[in-house]
Amino acid sequence: MAFILESFHSALILIVRLDPELLSIMLLSLKVSGSALISATIVGLPMAALLGLTSMPLKGFFLNLMNTCMGLPPVVVGLFIYLMLSRSGPLGFMGLLYTPTAMITAQFVLALPIIVALCHSAIVSVDPVIRQAALTLGATKSQASLTVIAEARYGIISAIIAGFGRLMAEVGAILIVGGNIAGYTRVMTTTIALEADKGNFELALALGIILLGMALLINSLLLIFQRQAIVRKL
Amino acid sequence: MSIVLKLENLTKAYDGKPVLTHCSFSFDKKGIYVLRGSNGAGKSTLLRICALLEMPDKGKISFYSANNRLARNIDLQRRISLVLPKVGVFNRSVAANVAYPLKIRHIAQREVSRRVEQILELVGLSHKKNQQALTLSSGETQRMGMARALVIEPEILFLDEPTASIDDENTLIIENLLKTLKQNGRATIIMTTHDPGQANRVGDYLLWLKNGQLMTDFRKCEEVKMCG
Repeated sequence: MAFILESFHSALILIVRLDPELLSIMLLSLKVSGSALISATIVGLPMAALLGLTSMPLKGFFLNLMNTCMGLPPVVVGLFIYLMLSRSGPLGFMGLLYTPTAMITAQFVLALPIIVALCHSAIVSVDPVIRQAALTLGATKSQASLTVIAEARYGIISAIIAGFGRLMAEVGAILIVGGNIAGYTRVMTTTIALEADKGNFELALALGIILLGMALLINSLLLIFQRQAIVRKL
Repeated sequence: MSIVLKLENLTKAYDGKPVLTHCSFSFDKKGIYVLRGSNGAGKSTLLRICALLEMPDKGKISFYSANNRLARNIDLQRRISLVLPKVGVFNRSVAANVAYPLKIRHIAQREVSRRVEQILELVGLSHKKNQQALTLSSGETQRMGMARALVIEPEILFLDEPTASIDDENTLIIENLLKTLKQNGRATIIMTTHDPGQANRVGDYLLWLKNGQLMTDFRKCEEVKMCG
């Protein structure tokens, strides 16, 4: 017990002193997951709008695919990206394996189905009368669609936050494609795994506390936006 | 210059069940046309077709201005407006809801503010302009829906049962508003109602929908009332 308390105490000291190694790992985590999330949102939101607001062919198939991919095992995604980016793979010539770009790519693949499926759900749950009201007031079809998307904003923000939560906690894919190289591809989750293996619990615990803090923040934000969405439905 | 709406042999069916059958009429006078009929008679369908939200299965719907037929496009759509029975409130303030039709027309902010203030004053909602629109009562919501449609000064205004689910006080406010609009004489108003008293109080011309057919009564509403 004393050992745990001692490790916990050292971890808190690392956080309070803003340990440079801790900070650089945290910033890289935010950079990788943030970039993956922004890219997935830029691609996923229009896809969700297209699926939710138009009657395109194979719509059911795409939705089914996205819903299924929400539960993709990160290690499988990591393995697939690894095979694509490895020297003998089709994209090996790009030399991206064990770089932050490879990690962003893997996390993009993990985040995209979450963003598409949850944003689609938020968009289709907007009362159809909103679109009709916009059209009766002189909106063009694209303006009416943007109005519906704006009305789904709380659900969309919730989807983005949920995606961010998944990425920040993810370890399997980025470990495979990033390689956990110190100062280059080492992020919070991979560091925790490594330091715990080494028996260096101070840094692992410090990062764990920060991750938990972030999860708490993300969930609090989710709760706020979900409450707003409930108010909208009343 | 106001626009005239002409219906020629409109026919519409849902799942093979006819709703409108060869409806023809020309809305060529200023004032308030009241469309009556039992539930499911096709009043809302007719209004939605007239407001260009739906297409008829057969027949023609035309808008004329100075005897010139207007093309069915967004410019025409922006000269008319429909208030649905369920208003469709945007999750924004009352003022932002009312400003919406002006914003999508890219009208300058100063003009938007002026017109929003003016129309909210007219419907008696000035004091609620910054309130979240979703927190309005049903009567206030209906008035906000009217304000949102009127702020663009439509040449034809369609109202689908504007007082169906609101109290007497709000009904009176809306009827007074309709009378004011009639006096201004700027728009042709086509509304549906189940309330014969309301038809008599605000209507100028009465139309009936029965068995999918539009029956016109060219007497004034008051005369119809007199005839029982």
